[in-house]
Amino acid sequence: MTSLPEHPSAKRLGLVIDLDICVGCHACAVNCKEWNTGGIAAPLTDLEPYGAGPDGVWFNRVHTYEVGEGATGRTVHFPRSCLHCAEPACVTVCPTGASYKRSEDGIVLVNEDLCIGCKLCSWACPYGAREFDEDAGVMKKCTLCVDRIYNTTFDPEDRAPACVATCPASARHFGDLGDPDSAVSRLVAEREGYDLMPEMGYSPTNKYLPPRPRKQGGCSSAPVELNPAVPGQPGGLLGWLDRLLSQQ
Amino acid sequence: MYPSLSVIFFTTASGAGYGLLALLCLLVPLGSLPRTPLFGFIALAIALGAITAGLLSSLLHLGQKKRAWRAFSQWRTSWLSREGVAAVATYVPAALFGIAWIFFGRIEPIAGLAAALLAVVTVVCTAMIYRSLKPIPRWHNPLVVPTYLALALMSGSLWLALLLAFFGPRPEVNVLAAASIVVGAGLKITYWRSIDTEQPTSTAGTATGLGSLGAVRLFEAPHTSENYLLKEMGFVVARKHATKLRRIALIVGFALPFLLSLVPFLFSSGVAILALLLAASLGTAGIFVERWLFFAEARHAVTLYYGASAV
Amino acid sequence: MTDVAHRQPSGEPTLKLSEPSADRTAFTTCYMCACRCGIKVHLKDGRIRYIEGNRDHPVNKGVLCAKGSAGIMSHYSPARLQKPLRRAGPRGSGIYEEISWDEALTTATGWLSAIRQTDPRRLAFFTGRDQSQALTSWWASQFGTPNYAAHGGFCSVNMAAAGLYSIGGSFWEFGEPDWEHAKYFMMFGVAEDHDSNPIKIGLGKLKTRGDAKFVSVNPIRTGYSAIADEWIGIRPGTDGLFVMALIQELLRAGKIDEEYLRRYTNAAWLVIQQDGAPDDGLFARDANGQALVFDETSQTITAVDHAGITPQLAGKVMLADGRTAVPAFHLVAKRCLEPRYAADAVAEATGIGVAVIKRIAAELAEVAFEQTIEIDQPWTDWAGRRHDKMVGRPVSMHAMRGISAHSNGFHTCRAIHILQMMLGAVDTPGSFRYKPPFPRPTPPPIKPAGRAADITPGKPMPGPPLGFPTSPEDLLVDPDGSPRRLDGAYSWGAPLAAHGMMHTVIRNAWAGTPHKIDTLMMFMANMSWNSSMNPGDAMRMLTDKDPETGEYRIPHVIYSDAYASEMVAYADLIFPDTTYLERWDCISLLDRPICDANGVADAIRKPVVAPDRDVRPFQDVLIELGARLGLPGLVKEDGSPRYPGFYPDYLIHHERKPGVGMLAGWRGTAGEKSGVGAINEGQLEAYADNGCFWREEIPAGARYFKHANREYLEWAVGMGLIDKPTPIVLQLYSEVLQKFRLAAQGHGEVQPPEEHRARVAAYFDPLPLWYMPFEEAAIESDAFPLHALTQRPMAMYHSWGSQNAWLRQIHGENSLHIHHQTAARLNIADGDWVAVTSHHGRIKARAKLMDGVNPHTVWTWNAIGKRSGAWNLAAKAGESQKGFLLNHVISDLLPERSDGHRYGNSDPITGQAAWYDLRVRIEKVAPGPELSEPQFSAVPLPPHLPKRPDVLRYGAGFRTPTGGSGQ
Repeated sequence: MTSLPEHPSAKRLGLVIDLDICVGCHACAVNCKEWNTGGIAAPLTDLEPYGAGPDGVWFNRVHTYEVGEGATGRTVHFPRSCLHCAEPACVTVCPTGASYKRSEDGIVLVNEDLCIGCKLCSWACPYGAREFDEDAGVMKKCTLCVDRIYNTTFDPEDRAPACVATCPASARHFGDLGDPDSAVSRLVAEREGYDLMPEMGYSPTNKYLPPRPRKQGGCSSAPVELNPAVPGQPGGLLGWLDRLLSQQ
Repeated sequence: MYPSLSVIFFTTASGAGYGLLALLCLLVPLGSLPRTPLFGFIALAIALGAITAGLLSSLLHLGQKKRAWRAFSQWRTSWLSREGVAAVATYVPAALFGIAWIFFGRIEPIAGLAAALLAVVTVVCTAMIYRSLKPIPRWHNPLVVPTYLALALMSGSLWLALLLAFFGPRPEVNVLAAASIVVGAGLKITYWRSIDTEQPTSTAGTATGLGSLGAVRLFEAPHTSENYLLKEMGFVVARKHATKLRRIALIVGFALPFLLSLVPFLFSSGVAILALLLAASLGTAGIFVERWLFFAEARHAVTLYYGASAV
Repeated sequence: MTDVAHRQPSGEPTLKLSEPSADRTAFTTCYMCACRCGIKVHLKDGRIRYIEGNRDHPVNKGVLCAKGSAGIMSHYSPARLQKPLRRAGPRGSGIYEEISWDEALTTATGWLSAIRQTDPRRLAFFTGRDQSQALTSWWASQFGTPNYAAHGGFCSVNMAAAGLYSIGGSFWEFGEPDWEHAKYFMMFGVAEDHDSNPIKIGLGKLKTRGDAKFVSVNPIRTGYSAIADEWIGIRPGTDGLFVMALIQELLRAGKIDEEYLRRYTNAAWLVIQQDGAPDDGLFARDANGQALVFDETSQTITAVDHAGITPQLAGKVMLADGRTAVPAFHLVAKRCLEPRYAADAVAEATGIGVAVIKRIAAELAEVAFEQTIEIDQPWTDWAGRRHDKMVGRPVSMHAMRGISAHSNGFHTCRAIHILQMMLGAVDTPGSFRYKPPFPRPTPPPIKPAGRAADITPGKPMPGPPLGFPTSPEDLLVDPDGSPRRLDGAYSWGAPLAAHGMMHTVIRNAWAGTPHKIDTLMMFMANMSWNSSMNPGDAMRMLTDKDPETGEYRIPHVIYSDAYASEMVAYADLIFPDTTYLERWDCISLLDRPICDANGVADAIRKPVVAPDRDVRPFQDVLIELGARLGLPGLVKEDGSPRYPGFYPDYLIHHERKPGVGMLAGWRGTAGEKSGVGAINEGQLEAYADNGCFWREEIPAGARYFKHANREYLEWAVGMGLIDKPTPIVLQLYSEVLQKFRLAAQGHGEVQPPEEHRARVAAYFDPLPLWYMPFEEAAIESDAFPLHALTQRPMAMYHSWGSQNAWLRQIHGENSLHIHHQTAARLNIADGDWVAVTSHHGRIKARAKLMDGVNPHTVWTWNAIGKRSGAWNLAAKAGESQKGFLLNHVISDLLPERSDGHRYGNSDPITGQAAWYDLRVRIEKVAPGPELSEPQFSAVPLPPHLPKRPDVLRYGAGFRTPTGGSGQ
């Protein structure tokens, strides 16, 4: 089971997250929480929910970074969830077969009935995608909303992960990254989407689109400053403005 | 990484146990050790007791202890599963070897060799669990496996030397102990130097992919209180404490046991027993500290998302 | 090494992937903030399984923010009140006994009926984030008290008033950027999340398109500013200076839209220039009251309502009576060209480099005039002129609380609107666009009631408590010039206080100025905590007794809330409200509708689940209370209740004027009418069948230039949005302000008392103006060298989120954010505890360093700090131990003037609370307990609140079995 699929399908379902657009509103994180706390990984337990150190299971968490300093500095919001890697060590380290990668679409899941809660998969994941439910004693994780995306009781347009469906800024996209012609693959190609920590060798499926270079001058040909108006004729508004200014 | 006491106790105790078991199972057939059933009983009981206590302790770490048996299934890919299989498998030849020795007075070299081999394999599997984890560069280090093996040998030989003080001292075991301490210390010092000087594997820049835009600093974590990831993976011992603890581990765990293991060459049995008891205890305590540091100094890549700049 | 190369056929478990998420779904409207998104609620076994955005809804188009997605946790919060409560200990002690609804209503009726029969003004009725103001304000009128308002006075009245008096619309719900076409988008100010999902959807569109530039002018680089192409870290309170400098640059270059100014604004209207005359600064008008302009073509003075003239924008003109007059533009331009508004003059104060100011002006000009947008859509203007195309200036602007919450906020907002007018960028393709029912006349023709003659014991007032004065005669002042309203709105301290001034109510009620009250009734307003400036004093005043009588200075306090908020402990009688999923509501065109620039819309809220507690919607309670009091609108002639079905009954049957009711959709007996029509008994069902909202598209030819678009104006009249199809002229020059200034200069019947004259004369300037925020001007800058701001985080904006188990994990405590260079200078390290001191007080908070903030500014997330024990949180919860409120160092009064008078900490025109004028100093404190200050004693929980769980397993019961282990 924790062996990776011998004949993985070409289909690699995953997310594309646009850091140029994400405003850090946490909608994805909370909508994910509310969907999944009643979904196939239910519940997403919260410890001390009204106490001094509330600590819940979340499949999606939004960080905010400052990058660079001063004039070139910028703030970047950064949602983080399971990347459904092609080479997921979280799966192969699992001693029980609870962790597995679906052969049909590459989604990495946990079969909680088999999980012994050894936490090794969380150690093996550099991306912090594994969430231990201390109350249930088992590991949980992003399911890519597998119970939504194939759910025939949903309207076709709702068959998307909760985080994507709810994102107000359209900073999240869902699709088949194994298909070079899919909308998400084209977006990745066009915007030079990248892998997180490629040096780990996990081949993440999810891609991040970098913040675009800022429009410094802004518009196509704006001058850096305006020139004083030169009145074409002595009358008119420009002429008046010119006279007014020359009085000062 | 959070230094979970159950796991530290497990690797320390089982390391000593497997070390002792391997030495017994190899050296007894070679005729280098006493063959009295009493010695066999006590020595094997200590070895297997330490192993069993360690394994039981490791169960405490699990969220679903009753399902622990499932861990034997994934030996094809999982070092943890392999460790479990090897650990349990070791009991079979070890039991055969012990029963033959204790109850029938026979030494079964094949069972012994098998038990010793499986003991070594188990320690290698344990070490490989850590060694294989790329997200924790300080564990993903070629010195981890040799160090685990050397420290298992060291603690095993220290305990063996102590036992032999009662059942008939063997100076060569004391030499072995002293030598394994030197090797263990050497490996550990080399490891520490290696992790202190190694280039970071990953940075906040590679973790976020934003490195090309400038230095990446965490402005706001996703949540204002700690979560599982931070509790489990975010633990880092302060550098000044680590330095102090390394010194303690070196002195208590290596230097003193080294000196103490040489005491029998100078003094009579009473003092020697005391010295060897102290050497074995301190050596084990030192390994416990070393193991604590092994966790507490290890940095997980996920901390890059929570404010660490490099791991 | 893990053997990842080893692959084998897997024995994957079988998953049940097509389980229905619900046995029932229901549509309603979200109320987790003020954004009013449509939601679809999934219910399973009677519990809420999931809440998602309604895909068809005009506001959110299927998306849902963090707050909306956390609705389940607010709905099932253990902080929900259970039953009506009566105070059983000293006020503030939080000791209560449970009583029945009948007893609660009988008690309230007793108090209120006595007031109504003697002096109705002694009821002060103030609501907070109330979305039923069409009902609550009408109820106050029916009761007969002018002392009514909602929270707008301490929120964003500067934006609403400056907008309505200048362009007949405003930012936020009154308008929106043309997200489809804008090529340059400027957003001003912090706390910009007022229009939560629409702005996010819009920015997403803008950024996805990738061809527009987004400039954020904001002291803090968080939230939306993070994705701006350019962040301008302006010094707080100086936005007006920056905008005036931009206008000056544009004027110097002649880069202004003369045509737009002539056609759609009062730029060409002739302003009388006669010092000392009672009409100095007013428009010259003809006998019919039509403003006069000078027509360049015929070289004559003519009334403005002639099409086909070319009105002159500058130059002196002699009027028929021999006096001189100049076009309004002449005066505005002269003002803007003053040296004090030159780029190099403002650079230091704003912290924006001269080159940046000049470049932004150049970019605005380039986009507005070189990249015009043309939409192939013919339209007809007010004068009947046919235009083949809609030509637009694709420069769009948005501003909200960051501009609003300063004492110069009204004028700063007006300056932004003037910049928009100069660029010709109001309701054109690519620019800011009105949402119906706006544009409305500048200002809307509603005057506040509350004069002495308007108040009769036992009788309703003849009009609404809130409105828009256009001259001193409209003020609510006594003959000596003192305020008539408890909050001082519409008096000389705040003449255009169009949203009332809730932030002054507790102090004035306590002090008995301008008059004593008997009962303070409030709804959804946490006035003993984060909704008050200076909450420590608010708590003291709420509990203070008159030593002579031994009675509380504020004799009765009635409060309605769904949750055990901090305010609960300070009420004598508590009406427990429902959650938003248990109630009827309406998002009415009479209040704050959900329209967009292409359509008119309103919505309802409909119960999705039944309350499991003895609670009632406040609106139902208000209607029953009104019936018990016999308020004319709420009882039939025989004295029986007019709306026995309570709020839903009222929504269907109440008419404000014939054919106009709370809901505009499906009117007419068969639901065939929109906007205006007879009562439809099936109206609520029609809404429910349509996802709980109604929307009708504006005709294609009526979607831009609405202020002057004949088709739009006629359509709006038909819809009942405006009374007449006359064009709405944008007020480049504000004659209304000049009327108040003239009064201060000694003209007219109603003049300010001597002590207010100079202030009114100074700030009621008809021209754009910037002045230093009052607190900054009054204190020693060296003693308080830093600005201190707050923002609400997006995940909690306008949300009452601390009882929410999910949201409080995201923001469970707050820190004081400081620029790292500023901190280094003060020897403050990340995580140090610092004292924050203002002229008013001192708090202790934890410091957090950052780069993206104006170096002269510190800030924190607002309203995260909670009082220990409130909201059914553990006494040691982070909200009370580490969290803090900046409110404790914000005074509700300005420092004393030389004559001892203390004005409110408010805008002099609108009375808007000037939260962001705060100035502080910070210093590191000696190591001590890691505890924020001030700390207040823990409030006890109201009776019978459920025990808060230590482990929350919400959703466990919904889990679908995996269907086999596969092994």
